[in-house]
Amino acid sequence: MEKVEAFAELKKNKTAMAGLLLIALLVLLAIIGPSISPHNPLTPDPIHRLQGPSWRHPFGTDSLGRDILSRVIHGSRISIIIGLIAVSISLVPGTILGLLAGFYGRRVDEPIMRFMDIMLAFPAILLAIFITAILGPSLLNTMIAVGIVYIPHYARIVRSTVLSLKEQLFIQAVKALGGSNLRVIALHIFPNTIPPIIVYATLGMGTAVLQAAALGFLGLGAQPPTPEWGAMLSEGRQYIQIAPHVAAFPGMAIFTLVLGFNLFGDGLRDILDPSLR
Amino acid sequence: MDEVLVEVKRLRKYYFLQRGLFSRRNAVVKAVDGVNLVIRKGETLGLVGESGCGKSTLGRLILRLEDPDEGEVRFEGRDILHLQAEEIRKLRRDIQIIFQDPYSSLNPRRRIDAIIGEPLVIHGVAKGRELEEKVIELMKVVGLRPEQRFLYPHQFSGGQRQRIGIARALALQPKLIIADEPVSSLDVSIQAQIVNLLLDLQSEYRLTYLFISHDLNLIEYVSDWVAVMYLGKIVEYAKQEVIYERPIHPYSEALFSATPSLDPLEKSRRILLEGDVPSPINPPSGCRFHTRCPLRIDLCEKEEPQLKERPNGSLVACHVR
Repeated sequence: MEKVEAFAELKKNKTAMAGLLLIALLVLLAIIGPSISPHNPLTPDPIHRLQGPSWRHPFGTDSLGRDILSRVIHGSRISIIIGLIAVSISLVPGTILGLLAGFYGRRVDEPIMRFMDIMLAFPAILLAIFITAILGPSLLNTMIAVGIVYIPHYARIVRSTVLSLKEQLFIQAVKALGGSNLRVIALHIFPNTIPPIIVYATLGMGTAVLQAAALGFLGLGAQPPTPEWGAMLSEGRQYIQIAPHVAAFPGMAIFTLVLGFNLFGDGLRDILDPSLR
Repeated sequence: MDEVLVEVKRLRKYYFLQRGLFSRRNAVVKAVDGVNLVIRKGETLGLVGESGCGKSTLGRLILRLEDPDEGEVRFEGRDILHLQAEEIRKLRRDIQIIFQDPYSSLNPRRRIDAIIGEPLVIHGVAKGRELEEKVIELMKVVGLRPEQRFLYPHQFSGGQRQRIGIARALALQPKLIIADEPVSSLDVSIQAQIVNLLLDLQSEYRLTYLFISHDLNLIEYVSDWVAVMYLGKIVEYAKQEVIYERPIHPYSEALFSATPSLDPLEKSRRILLEGDVPSPINPPSGCRFHTRCPLRIDLCEKEEPQLKERPNGSLVACHVR
């Protein structure tokens, strides 16, 4: 019942629908893209390097003559996977820590949240660089680093939701009925923390893609010749004056994906957060 | 009928408010301060008092939702304050609660059958087909249609939600139900329905109620015994007919004089109290009512009056009367 209502609500929300459309488009591209991309994204063609957009290469070619359109299409798959994996890496431990801290209070809460505060004290990108520097530069490590950096955000959101839920009478009612702590957390508290988590995870997808792109830009993420958008942007930087399209197209791709997730996340928040209604 | 179900002795619960991170001076809220009570089997004890006087806290203490600082609660003669976790779980089958707010007392994400059946699942009383049958039976008992069990709480009105809450409280066939202002957030027309439902259930299942309310007409209607609470203390405890006929404690007297009468010819002898209820944070010394009492004498400020039996059988805590 509830789900049907939420979906009807979603359809009315133009922001969310615009975001959903952008995401759907890019996901579709990621799924069918590699089979429709005009060229192999990895084959260099040095004779036609740094060409501007043309019918043969709609997005032009990069410094090695590779087709940028094909690389952007292949990159969509990588970026979406980065977003999903990084968000899951922060979501799962963040939610568990938040539930424990919020539910058990004081003696569990203090150590967990103070550690989260320590993590939050570092600028996100600096911490991510630090973690990739330890793990070594690779795409997987980028996702892990970005994931770890955002654990405290989820922990805090879940904790604050749990704190307000704990005072609700229905939680007291279950306690009065003799329900165990596990039952209270799993059946009564956790399901009610899902809406804010969904909202934050959607917004977090955009941030994660951006962070991963930033790490790629710094050379700590995907290694060449992987067509990762951030790495492509970084490569194009050197030619920004003679061939601006090399940086522009991957940049626009990042922009579109992040915009899609942000619009969708904002819309979802309006729908799922009753306090904003 | 005079069998005692619950006996409360010198029950005390203080809350400590921390003023600030580095402040040592903590304030103490004396929510329940030395309460003695008796609830008899099959009867209703009405607990009245202004908001903030500790009525709800007292109910929650008896239910063991909160731990008292001091005192004794005996349920069927057994001390329930020093039970092991497992024994407390068993006790939950005997004492249940109906909450004031039917909106926040039901989990918005669970279906009605899951909500009503939850106590049965927790205590392993029934499952599967049997569970479904019991839920249907409970819904019929409280006047809900069985096919409504697949709905979610937000699809019900306040009165219906309260019926759901009652069904949940009844599921384990408790002996005592603490009704914490069960109708005060409902429309007046619905209030009567719910109160009558509670009374019907009482005669059918021989339930005992601790009925907490600030509505004096309601308390008169449902109670066998009435306890009047003021700032964490019971000031008067008497049979319903007796206290409504002639309240003894000056606070009860003022309280009952405030109820509007249905008889227009009856002269209103309304006693107006001066001032507001003092804060339960650091309440007045001696008799807590002395700051507003029209009859106060010097002794009231110094010494706390104890509940004493009066000729008509009431227990009253007052130096003057």
